[in-house]
Amino acid sequence: MLTLISPDGTVPDRLPFTLEEMRRLYAEMVEARTYDHKCMAMQRQGRLATYAPFEGQEAAQIGAAAALRSDDWVAATYRDAALMWRAGYPWSLLVAGRTGDERGGQAPEGVNVLPPSITVGGHMIHAVGLAWAEALNGTGRVALTSFGDGATSEGDFHEAMNFAAVYNTPTVFLCQNNGFAISYPRAEQTRSQSIAMKADAYGMPGLLVDGNDVAAVLDVVGSAVGRARNGEGPTLIEAVTYRLGPHTTADDPGRYRDEDEAVGWRERDPLERVRLLLERAGGWSPEWQAELETRASDTIEEAVAMAEALPPPTAEEMLVRMYEQPTTLIEAQLGEIGQ
Amino acid sequence: VSELTLAQSLNGALATALESDERVVLLGEDIGRTGGVFRITDGLRDKYGENRVFDTPVAESGIVGAALGMAIAGMRPVAELQFLGFSYPAYDQIINHVARIRNRSNHRFTAPLVIRVPFGGGIGAAEHHSESTEAIYAHIPGLKVVVPSTPSDARGLLLAAIEDPDPVLFLEPIRLYRAVKEDVPELYYTTEIGPLRVEREGNDITLVSWGAMMKETRAAASRLEESGASVEVLDVRTLSPIDADGIVRSATKTGRVVVVHEAPRTGGMGAEVAAIVQERALYSLTAPVRRVTGWDTVFPLKRSEGHYLPNADRIVRVAQQTLET
Repeated sequence: MLTLISPDGTVPDRLPFTLEEMRRLYAEMVEARTYDHKCMAMQRQGRLATYAPFEGQEAAQIGAAAALRSDDWVAATYRDAALMWRAGYPWSLLVAGRTGDERGGQAPEGVNVLPPSITVGGHMIHAVGLAWAEALNGTGRVALTSFGDGATSEGDFHEAMNFAAVYNTPTVFLCQNNGFAISYPRAEQTRSQSIAMKADAYGMPGLLVDGNDVAAVLDVVGSAVGRARNGEGPTLIEAVTYRLGPHTTADDPGRYRDEDEAVGWRERDPLERVRLLLERAGGWSPEWQAELETRASDTIEEAVAMAEALPPPTAEEMLVRMYEQPTTLIEAQLGEIGQ
Repeated sequence: VSELTLAQSLNGALATALESDERVVLLGEDIGRTGGVFRITDGLRDKYGENRVFDTPVAESGIVGAALGMAIAGMRPVAELQFLGFSYPAYDQIINHVARIRNRSNHRFTAPLVIRVPFGGGIGAAEHHSESTEAIYAHIPGLKVVVPSTPSDARGLLLAAIEDPDPVLFLEPIRLYRAVKEDVPELYYTTEIGPLRVEREGNDITLVSWGAMMKETRAAASRLEESGASVEVLDVRTLSPIDADGIVRSATKTGRVVVVHEAPRTGGMGAEVAAIVQERALYSLTAPVRRVTGWDTVFPLKRSEGHYLPNADRIVRVAQQTLET
């Protein structure tokens, strides 16, 4: 498993990124965690529908998205807000989606990020089709799909991996192995020693990376993206991480896991190790930290305000979203719903 | 103009689509080298190349899901699933993703793709090869469901489906692939998705059908006319969005409606037709709306197909009861 930055912030070997690059990645992780905490709080206040927190997985998500070009495709899940944001999706729309508003699923023009898939595993094959189309059209774009350890048991994981390898599509499969599929532990999910090794069976490279090390994730995903863009085909990456929070706001992890385990993982926090690294290199100060946190908090508050300022959706919008032009049947129901 | 079977017409329409729109690609099991299990894509890989016509691994969910990704990225994929009974592994992709990506992304991403599926029985095939479960797809918002029964409709509707900005499930009646011939124009034309086709005009009774049952319905109509009835025959052609106005117009005129489909009766599209008629034309009716359908059974194997499939005799019998009411 590749680690570039140890949990204590030391670099045993060599770090292929500059101090400035590391400061930016750190600032982005702080912003993502601020969003995550804000959403948890808002859900408790009844301002959001169910929320799936990603705390602990910031490095896997920010590192992966930082490896992409701004026009690359992303097909991710309900727990991937940080990844989607780093790929260009505004926080305000992510919040809007979680308030229960379909308008939150509309990425801005030019941002090639699909709305998150809620069913587990069905979206991986979309990243294969997206990448396949881009390869046929010679655009150089790649598609990254993110999913959890549980999704690798779905039949669609097999079909997506197989299609990607058969057609040599520029797809990057990013598995965030966060230890649990809701309550079901990774050790029971599959008898394979690792998820990365499953790539062998499909005839593509499989790489294991420390998912709490943003530099290692960026490095590994970056090389996979480079291979894909180069016409060298797909890669499976297993980023080993840990979901510090519950599956969703409707979940109680105390029913299925030992909280000591979570404490152990907190010591491997993806933000703290970069903070230690920066501090040692003279790139961190308490003042800068305070500044980052204030800025992040302001940004997220502004996004929340934008999402909550959306006018209530009309009944007509719901019907009109079904087809490009309302069908005769939708027209009739538009008349009926408007009465 | 040349005289073509329904199968030849579909092949010609696919060639025209590949010729006229470089975004069109075909993908499916065995559609390249062998031209598909029914040879509908025969010769297209040779003519348009392996970067337009793809043989795929045996994975229906993968085929449909990959086609969706391609469609989102701006292509116009036409996927083939070999039989409607083999579409269920792709059911999740069709319902949860293909039919919903427009809604989920508030129109930002769309699914302009066609899923072609041979369907229906009458050829003595193995289990799963004779399904007629169109109603479970017609029930899904976001999807369109089209069923041609003539060679010229097949061309026009398939080209319309490929042009359509929304996903179309295109059901091809297996039993009619080579059983009907018709002059089909060679030019590029589309047949609007939605409006039904009045195949025969009449005043005493309306027979409503689609797909392979059009042949039986047509035969029944001829026999009923021989005995003096004036029969209107509607080929619904589009099951979603179904042409409610067209059905109501005819029901209002004749006052008698019989729906014919080979799918099982309960929850079938015949119930939808009957509901439309009673909601909007009840006071024009002189008889109850009746259904001639497959039975509420699994589609039987070869030796029992005759027990299952509606035929002209059954249609004539029910139509006569209706005419006598």
